[in-house]
Amino acid sequence: MQDRPAAEEIVARFEIARTAFLDPDGTPRAPLPDFARDRGSLVAMYRAMLLARAFDARAVALQRTGRLGTYPSALGQEAVAVGTAAAMAPGDLLVPSFREHGAQIMRGVRMEELFLYWGGDERGSDFRDQREDFPVCVPVGTQYPHAAGVALAFQLRGEDRVAVAVGGDGSTSRGDFAEALNIAGVWKLPAVFVVANNGWAISVPREAQSAAQTLAQKAVAAGIPEQQCDGNDVIAVRATVAAALARARAGQGPSLIECLTYRLADHTTADDASRYRDDAAVSARWAEEPVRRLRAHLARAHGWSAAEEEALHAGIAAEVDAATEAYLATPPQPATAIVDYLYAALPPDLARLRARLEGQDG
Amino acid sequence: MAEITLVEAVRAALAHALEEDPAVVILGEDVGTDGGVFRATEGLWQRFGSARVRDTPLSEAAIAGVAVGLAAQGFRPVAEIQFQGFIHPALDQLANHAARLRNRTRGRLGCPMVLRAPFGAGVHAPEHHSESIEAIFAHIPGLKLVIPSSPARAYGLLLAAIRDPDPVVFFEPTRIYRAGREEVALDGASLPLGRAFTLRAGGDLTLVSWGAAVREALAAAEALSGEGIEVEVIDLATLRPWDAEAVLGSVRRTGRCVILHEAPRTGGFGAEVAARIAEEALDSLLAPIRRVTAPDIVPPLLRLEHLYLPQVDDVIAAAREVMQWR
Ligand SMILES: Cc1ncc(C[n+]2csc(CCOP(=O)(O)OP(=O)(O)O)c2C)c(N)n1
Ligand SMILES: [Mg+2]
Repeated sequence: MQDRPAAEEIVARFEIARTAFLDPDGTPRAPLPDFARDRGSLVAMYRAMLLARAFDARAVALQRTGRLGTYPSALGQEAVAVGTAAAMAPGDLLVPSFREHGAQIMRGVRMEELFLYWGGDERGSDFRDQREDFPVCVPVGTQYPHAAGVALAFQLRGEDRVAVAVGGDGSTSRGDFAEALNIAGVWKLPAVFVVANNGWAISVPREAQSAAQTLAQKAVAAGIPEQQCDGNDVIAVRATVAAALARARAGQGPSLIECLTYRLADHTTADDASRYRDDAAVSARWAEEPVRRLRAHLARAHGWSAAEEEALHAGIAAEVDAATEAYLATPPQPATAIVDYLYAALPPDLARLRARLEGQDG
Repeated sequence: MAEITLVEAVRAALAHALEEDPAVVILGEDVGTDGGVFRATEGLWQRFGSARVRDTPLSEAAIAGVAVGLAAQGFRPVAEIQFQGFIHPALDQLANHAARLRNRTRGRLGCPMVLRAPFGAGVHAPEHHSESIEAIFAHIPGLKLVIPSSPARAYGLLLAAIRDPDPVVFFEPTRIYRAGREEVALDGASLPLGRAFTLRAGGDLTLVSWGAAVREALAAAEALSGEGIEVEVIDLATLRPWDAEAVLGSVRRTGRCVILHEAPRTGGFGAEVAARIAEEALDSLLAPIRRVTAPDIVPPLLRLEHLYLPQVDDVIAAAREVMQWR
């Protein structure tokens, strides 16, 4: 620093902090937040992660047997979705990308609806119980401005609600991401932007995505708070998102959270990750995955038993089976559904098409 | 009643909408204290406050994307893109989200937003300020696309667009923002979307146009009338969903059609109009359909701009040719 030219002075500095509570083997490395000392809330998150994993496994199996379309598994990333949803209040609003089924299920989206969506039926996004959350977003990164708009709606109405957007590491390279953080910062919107950095955007590794040392620091340019957290530690994710939600509720504006996780599965069922990454490297990352980590902590600190584990698995299997049955038993949409929802009122040309489709099965 | 210009009609419609519906929010670059670079929002920030008339960062994707989020929450955002030439980053949000939200959620979430942008050549503007790319938007199912050609239609159609439950793109021709005044009843009455306006009746030839070019269409019709050719002038006004019945009905009576638009020829919306006539009214045609359009070129900068816009004489020549066919 003594070499700084006389004409220069430092006008801004930043540091990026990372939050982690559980080591990969489940050992606490710092005093746990209040919610994480409560056995019930830990078990609820543990169950939600197991359910997300079981849902994923079933979805992949359905795809492999020709009963579902292309599907993106969240294997290994369950803590991001579950920790985020666990921190949110029911009245908050989730704006997901496409790997957040764990969060969607927790927020009242039915598993059979998600099966329907990924099985190619739009009714899967007409959530029966969860009426306001956004549906899955396929165009990468385009969901962030929606969260800013939803947050502006909350702010204009003076509501105590926060919009939470989730996306991947690849999405942070897009303009929408920068534009959303920027406008949310200027307007101090009640929004939280969560980035699930799973190391990959299909075949492109994190380091080929951005020269930035962290993705969290992209918040610095927007003038909003940022935090990195261990995205395989559901306690860290929940605590970090909860702090950001509290800031938003207090009128302090948006935050960006980078969750460090790892995509253990192929990008989607249409992908073969062995073409671009080493199986051995993936195997090594299994040691950090979030489910086993929390189970180890539960066993050590809360006497989680084999019998409890077994009962949990049995309950989850029954739930996923029931959702699968409901999905497979769903009658097809009528052919007229392809025109009926395009506009609130049918324009004449579509009305003619509709008349031709009337009475046909979809 | 007030004798106003087109841009004043836009402003009056915005003011009326802000007044009548607390869900209406205006957002865009320089729309607040500055009142918009064309003054379309002049005085609205002062009158309705910065919560409802919002200056945004220079951020077209966010302007459109924030509007989608607001609309999904039941607001009625009226977003402004400062010039159509800069709308491309917003196209992603329009095509992939605004246009599809209702359909992809089976009606659970709607998108009652309006995206306004000034457009068109003929005002000696800098590069990227003279395009007419309406055909891109007319091609997107789920959107509505409206282009007014007079103060009265700007007022009534913009009110209809704001009140519409679906996303509407509203392109305002800068060339006629202040080109003339017209008596407009500022009574909050809207005009129907999806309906063409027959501006002049005539039995010899149907002339279809929209936007600023409607002026040339009317001037050509007047001149042709002096030669004994009576032209029916139709202003399409809404390009999606467009009023094919009005055009087909007219062509079935006249047997001849000329289509005039300011946008380049290939893939322009005139091609859709011509194709539809060929499909459904070929038997009525006494002559080939003619299109009078800009050539397939990048709009020249201001010194050569006069070579770009179709002129009244071009329309007259096309009409004579069609009338003299065989
Ligand atoms: C705008 C856009 N570009 C490309 C794609 C194709 N695509 C789908 S997912 C993906 C990678 C996304 O990576 P990331 O944001 O890290 O999310 P992840 O898949 O890892 O969850 C790509 C390139 C897309 N859906 N949208
Ligand atoms: Mg990724």
